[in-house]
Amino acid sequence: MITLTNIHKTYAARGGGAPVHALADIDLSIERGEVFGIIGRSGAGKSTLLRTVNLLESPSSGSVKVDGVEMTALSAAELRQARHSIGMIFQHFNLLSSRTVFDNVALPLELAGMARAEIRKTVEPLLDLVGLADKRDRYPAELSGGQKQRVGIARALASKPKVLLSDEATSALDPETTTQILHLLGDINRRLGLTIVLITHEIAVIKEICHKVAVMEGGRVIEQGPVFDIFAHPKHPTTRSFVDPVINRGIPDSLRDRLSPQPGPGSNPVLRITFTGAKATTPVISAISRQLNLDLNIWHGQIDEIQGAPFGTLVVEALGDQAKVDAAIALVKENNLGVEVLGHALPANH
Amino acid sequence: MLSPQIIDLLIKGLIDTLQMVAVSGAIGTLIGLPIGVMLAVTGRGELLQNFAFNKVMGAVVNMTRSTPFIILVVAIIPFTRLIAGTSIGTNAAIVPLTVAAAPFIARVVENAVREVDRGLVEAAQAMGATPFQIIRKVLLPEALPGIVAGLTLSAVSLVGYSAMVGAVGGGGLGDLGIRYGYQRFLPEVMLAVVIVLIVLVQIVQSTGDLIARRVNKRNLKS
Repeated sequence: MITLTNIHKTYAARGGGAPVHALADIDLSIERGEVFGIIGRSGAGKSTLLRTVNLLESPSSGSVKVDGVEMTALSAAELRQARHSIGMIFQHFNLLSSRTVFDNVALPLELAGMARAEIRKTVEPLLDLVGLADKRDRYPAELSGGQKQRVGIARALASKPKVLLSDEATSALDPETTTQILHLLGDINRRLGLTIVLITHEIAVIKEICHKVAVMEGGRVIEQGPVFDIFAHPKHPTTRSFVDPVINRGIPDSLRDRLSPQPGPGSNPVLRITFTGAKATTPVISAISRQLNLDLNIWHGQIDEIQGAPFGTLVVEALGDQAKVDAAIALVKENNLGVEVLGHALPANH
Repeated sequence: MLSPQIIDLLIKGLIDTLQMVAVSGAIGTLIGLPIGVMLAVTGRGELLQNFAFNKVMGAVVNMTRSTPFIILVVAIIPFTRLIAGTSIGTNAAIVPLTVAAAPFIARVVENAVREVDRGLVEAAQAMGATPFQIIRKVLLPEALPGIVAGLTLSAVSLVGYSAMVGAVGGGGLGDLGIRYGYQRFLPEVMLAVVIVLIVLVQIVQSTGDLIARRVNKRNLKS
């Protein structure tokens, strides 16, 4: 649906310094119907990258293809036409304060020259879709942040786009409203088959609705892939710093102090079981204790759900002999879960 | 206390003043509004960035605005004669008033348009709007409260300017105050003129404020 090839964007520095590379060496391929997230800290270039898709920012070099059309080759009029099929929503909503909810949603249709009666037939179902039918004649100043973003979404959908670009659409909203808006976007993605490209600095947004993710730093994409793979095996330190708070790979200090790399007298092995999406067919923890008669002492853990599958880690101390522990590890692996021996817990001294 | 003749003169003066302010304000808006919009959208990083136009037009506007009004009135007498056929009287006075009003209005419109959030322009561009559509459907409606406030300010300034054109036989309340109140030592006429002007300015300001509030949808209570 969207293919970015070898995108570079360079600004001449003011006052003749070295030119600024806002984007460098970017290759992205976004499939039809996909929710593609781009995450990065502020200044990473994600906003510039998003704007190259509809050419609000034109790249210094490289190719931008949307639905098979090379955007950089279009004339100004052709580009305006192409933009009708690319909706966009914004962090600060960018609604016209002088227009009612209805008229805001109607704006892109007016711009396209649609007749008034036709506009009505298009806008009203959209207001239903975003749950704002009763606010039709209100002005943006009378709405909450979440309601404003719903208007923004309805407006972006009005011209029946194939692609929706989301520029930090939930960053100005509280957590609860963020969840509602993300659900709405996910729902739209599934019901309309709309391709969504979103940028965010919040990993929770990626976790919530994205299928694939690209991580940006310093104008480059440093890592990209399916959300699961990135969460399970983050390679770049920056990616790890985004992912770690969610999956909590660390162990609390009080437990770490009891951990030794070598077995000692009376020590027990400590295992980390990693849930990386493959659904466990058996309840693995209770299977271990029942089938192998091996007690597991849960030290620490966090299991979350990403894209409807369990995800996270569980750190357990296995209270049994080596043979049983080896059998337990085999059982865990049979269930397609990751497992590693972190070390050996020495008995508590007190 | 005022003789019927003086009251007649006051009414005639008020009508002349209203006529000068209204006509020069209207023509000044017709000229100043598009210039103001053009100044705003041709600035650095704006919709139709155009340094040459922006600099030249900006210089013309500044030239007119930096000339003291009374000097401007006298300096453009040949132009006034060309347009109005004469250089004295109320109709002739409308010419310099318009020449002063248009750049003033251009600047207040420019400021109002610049105040419009850049994000709205970007949103409209993302929808595939042409620059003209952005001006008509986004910039002007969103700048309207500011434009109304600016036009009110211009109208009040024009009331003040219109009092000066009495110096070249322009008529109106200012002329009445100078000729009767000052030169014929009739302080009660001067007082009456001042009171009428104060009331007039109050009415203009309140009406402008009311309209600006009506068109401003930014601070509605939910």
